[in-house]
Amino acid sequence: MSAGSHGDAHFRYVLRLADTNLVLAQRLGALIGNAPALEEDLGLGNVALDLLGQARMLLTHAGALEGRGRDEDALAFLREERDFLNATLVEQPNGDFAQTIVRQFLFDAWQLATWSRLESSTDPQLAAIAAKGVKEARYHLRFSSGWVVRLGDGTAESHARAQAALDALWPHTAELFDADEIDRAMQAAGVGVDLAAVCVDWDRQVDGTLAEATLARPADHPWRWYGKRGQHGEHLGRLLAEMQYMQRTYPGANW
Amino acid sequence: MSRAQPALEADVRRRLAAVADPEIPVLSVVDLGIVRHVRVDADGAVEVGLSPTYSGCPATSVIKANVETALRSGGYREVRIVDVLAPPWTTDWISNEGRRKLHDYGIAPPTAGPIACPQCGSLEITKLSEFGSTPCKSLYRCESCREPFDHFKCI
Repeated sequence: MSAGSHGDAHFRYVLRLADTNLVLAQRLGALIGNAPALEEDLGLGNVALDLLGQARMLLTHAGALEGRGRDEDALAFLREERDFLNATLVEQPNGDFAQTIVRQFLFDAWQLATWSRLESSTDPQLAAIAAKGVKEARYHLRFSSGWVVRLGDGTAESHARAQAALDALWPHTAELFDADEIDRAMQAAGVGVDLAAVCVDWDRQVDGTLAEATLARPADHPWRWYGKRGQHGEHLGRLLAEMQYMQRTYPGANW
Repeated sequence: MSRAQPALEADVRRRLAAVADPEIPVLSVVDLGIVRHVRVDADGAVEVGLSPTYSGCPATSVIKANVETALRSGGYREVRIVDVLAPPWTTDWISNEGRRKLHDYGIAPPTAGPIACPQCGSLEITKLSEFGSTPCKSLYRCESCREPFDHFKCI
């Protein structure tokens, strides 16, 4: 596929989506065998698998757009922290179960709104990945929003933990809707989404679920994270060190 | 453009009907509805289009390998398997035969109507988990016969 005049922006736009999925899949994968109950272990593992599958298709597509011969593995395992363009929300640690679930919910609401719009992207491969992903995201959101309500409207302890998780993660949500030159160029080309419209959907979903969960929506924070420009917090480097260890130590190692 | 080979294509489809899903072995890839096209050209080269069920389903790569093996052992020298992502696979494409096999295997098939226990047919069921042992299933319990069972999720 030809990347056209806005090739680099297109590559980066798809890479942001890919990295956001990949990093969250890696976080969730670490919970396998460690979730508080068997059903949740299976649930989070299954979500991780869907996100990883989507990430693989996105990385492959990004590699083709870039046109420098990098495949999904080269992009996943052989880039440095600063080259990762994921939103900082998904690199936040798993923390307690409330933090894992609230992070998932904030992400799922964003991803569902994003996929449902990307279904009509002018990039046919991205549209196909989105059409597949939207069905999966709908299911993920049902799982995570159900848990947000159960925790928020549960015991005093679960409520307090869910609120603490929400307060801690909230500052990382702003960048999801903060359009930069790449977002604007991709929206203009019909490849990307209108982030303001995604934000409207997200607000509606988040406000509805938080009300049901008796949780308070935190105030917006003036600070902006820009994971999508490669500016990450302290956690991503360690995540990548673990994820990339095998390929760094034994280049080309295979099953 | 080479001419289509209807007899060979029918043969390929017959062979595909014997390739089992590695995770639900009572189902073939044809029952599952993931075979999107079969083309055989005049030189006998085969192309099979397959759709993934779930983006990350680990069975996908095993299925591709098994399809290729089945066709090669059937005498087809050149086999190409292509991913067909759009339109996305849906459980509506599972054949009626496939639904019957799922039910007989103890998995409640995807349905627009109420989910019934595959053991005793009761509609008194409780969802235990949105997710089950594979990406395509969720976990239920029958309140009549008390048996747990898998339900093939509708997507």
